[in-house]
Amino acid sequence: MAEVEQGCELFSAGHRACGGCGPALAARLLLKATGKNVIIAAATGCMEVFSTPYPETAWGVPWIHSLFENPAAVASGIEAALKRQGRTEKVVCIGGDGSTLDIGVLCISGAFERGHDITYICYDNEAYMNTGIQRSGATPYGASTTTSPVGACSLGNPRPKKDMPAILAAHGAPYVATASIAYPNDFMKKVERAINTPGPCYIQVHTPCCTGWGFEAGETLNMAKLAIETGLWVNYEMVDGVVEKAKKVSRKPVEEYLQKQKRFRHLFKPARRDDVIAQIQAIADANAERFGIDIKRKESSE
Amino acid sequence: MLEFMEGSHAVAEIVKRCRPQVIAAYPITPQTHIVEDLAQMVANCEIDAEYITVESEFSALSACLGASAAGSRVYSATTSQGLALMFEVCFNAAGMRQPIVMTIANRSLGAPLSIWNDQQDSISLRDSGWLQFYAEDNQEAADLHMIAYKVCEDHDILLPAFVCFDGFILTHTYEPVALPSQEEVDAYLPAFSPYQRLDAADPLSLGMYATPEYYMEFRYEVDRAMQRAKQAFIKAGREFGERFGRDYSGLVEGYRLEDADTALVAMGSICGTAKDAIDEMREHGRKVGLLNIRVFRPFPAQEIADALKDVSTVAVLDKNISLGNGGAVGIEVKTALYGSGISVYDYIIALGGRDVRKRDIVAVVDLAEKGEGDIFYGLRTEVL
Repeated sequence: MAEVEQGCELFSAGHRACGGCGPALAARLLLKATGKNVIIAAATGCMEVFSTPYPETAWGVPWIHSLFENPAAVASGIEAALKRQGRTEKVVCIGGDGSTLDIGVLCISGAFERGHDITYICYDNEAYMNTGIQRSGATPYGASTTTSPVGACSLGNPRPKKDMPAILAAHGAPYVATASIAYPNDFMKKVERAINTPGPCYIQVHTPCCTGWGFEAGETLNMAKLAIETGLWVNYEMVDGVVEKAKKVSRKPVEEYLQKQKRFRHLFKPARRDDVIAQIQAIADANAERFGIDIKRKESSE
Repeated sequence: MLEFMEGSHAVAEIVKRCRPQVIAAYPITPQTHIVEDLAQMVANCEIDAEYITVESEFSALSACLGASAAGSRVYSATTSQGLALMFEVCFNAAGMRQPIVMTIANRSLGAPLSIWNDQQDSISLRDSGWLQFYAEDNQEAADLHMIAYKVCEDHDILLPAFVCFDGFILTHTYEPVALPSQEEVDAYLPAFSPYQRLDAADPLSLGMYATPEYYMEFRYEVDRAMQRAKQAFIKAGREFGERFGRDYSGLVEGYRLEDADTALVAMGSICGTAKDAIDEMREHGRKVGLLNIRVFRPFPAQEIADALKDVSTVAVLDKNISLGNGGAVGIEVKTALYGSGISVYDYIIALGGRDVRKRDIVAVVDLAEKGEGDIFYGLRTEVL
């Protein structure tokens, strides 16, 4: 971080992201953390499209986009080439949750199994936003998307989020972490740690999408924070497969998060669906139990 | 000095001498011997390369693309289903102007599953922006790799290339091959000098998206580079001949065409069989010749028209089929000869590894001279 001059942004303003875009903030924070000595391999998706409409680019570092599902494989080649050439740039992949958890899993699994010295950043906005808000493997239970719509016989997405960090930890990744744009310093510290850890590392950063989730553009950071505060998103680190440093919270009920987003509106109108809200609360409770995030009464709050 | 060796080994030996810095490949029959040989060379420190044992052909080519963009000479090899899995990356690598050289050990595509030879795999990628070279024998297969790197890496070209040679028929066959020394290869093929590369000292964005205002011009530029590749190949093939005594300055190569009435047109190893059959037919007074299409992309339409201008009948041997419209080579040869008055007949032949003998070549010539063509040759009678 220190090497980036104050006021000098490697991810430039003037790109085409929506106002209040969570992923755009993640990109900016990411490059603040990596500094200039990095090569980015990007997946097709919102971030790629809004940041590189030819002939303009927002990227002040070397950046390559090939396809939707292959940044981990492209990065494998880049890393091998740099090694052979004796170069020192860090190699960082960026993909959305659709690219990372769904269509790109083969390439990511291969790259992690082979042990390339790369860092993979998944910006998780919990659906295919670039194509118009279709559900992905990262879409939360109960969310209405254009391919998991609410209907007479549907309550929205029928499945919980795929646990990609655990999948990559199971590959033997030395460092796996989750982060949130609501906690920028934490995200940047994790990026620094990942790129300086030899071997394949993974960070999944929660990046709310005002357009896809249905909230006001000025609420992006609040939404990210509420996800943490309800236990529906947990910030943690896994070192050699062992969970460390999960962020503790005084948990709020999940409905404080759900009721602020149009994708969950059907849980409150026309009739309140306490049964579904309870199921989502159970997901948060299970997260809290698994990661031990609940602040006990005697502990001082963070 | 001629050495007796397997085709795959000859290719691996020449690839080694081309000094790729990154090799990424996934095993698939009948390409395996090439990538096994290269892996052993890396294991023995005979070759100074990173060898990425990818989890799929899709990642093999994706990794090559990344390594090439980072400024390294790269190599891969595949065939058939593997090439089909690379379909998306093939178009992408050409559009991104990466000079990747990839061997295709030509094999049929399923269904039904078949590991045997035809040329459906590479032919099916004819619109992808890859140069396509077809070898008649193992010497040519080896030599074409050196030429391919030279043409692809030319800053006026910057396109990827398939070097195609027939699966099993060549890959697993032992033939005498002359291998140039490392010094000779180095003198012909200098170290890779990338036109641009991913470099933190000079940041650039590669693979941006293009709106309708810009997209067509990118495709136009690729097509222009394809057209320029004809002259680049001729130049590189001529220089190869001057250095090594084997001239490849022709995009096509004629055999006994000078006074021919009937010409066969073919690609790959079937040309060897055709030449023997032609020699025998010539002994019986039949004026038959052969045109071997060495470079299928860019398509040498003018060179084909020039080479065949004096024949009256053309029989195209197609080891592929564009289902619903005949063989791909036949379609393109007919286009090249449009308006010439020459009768052009197409024969779908040798699909899925069916053997072709000299008598089959004679039978095709008989059919063409009777005006019977645009057929599958040699079908089992129960389907007729």
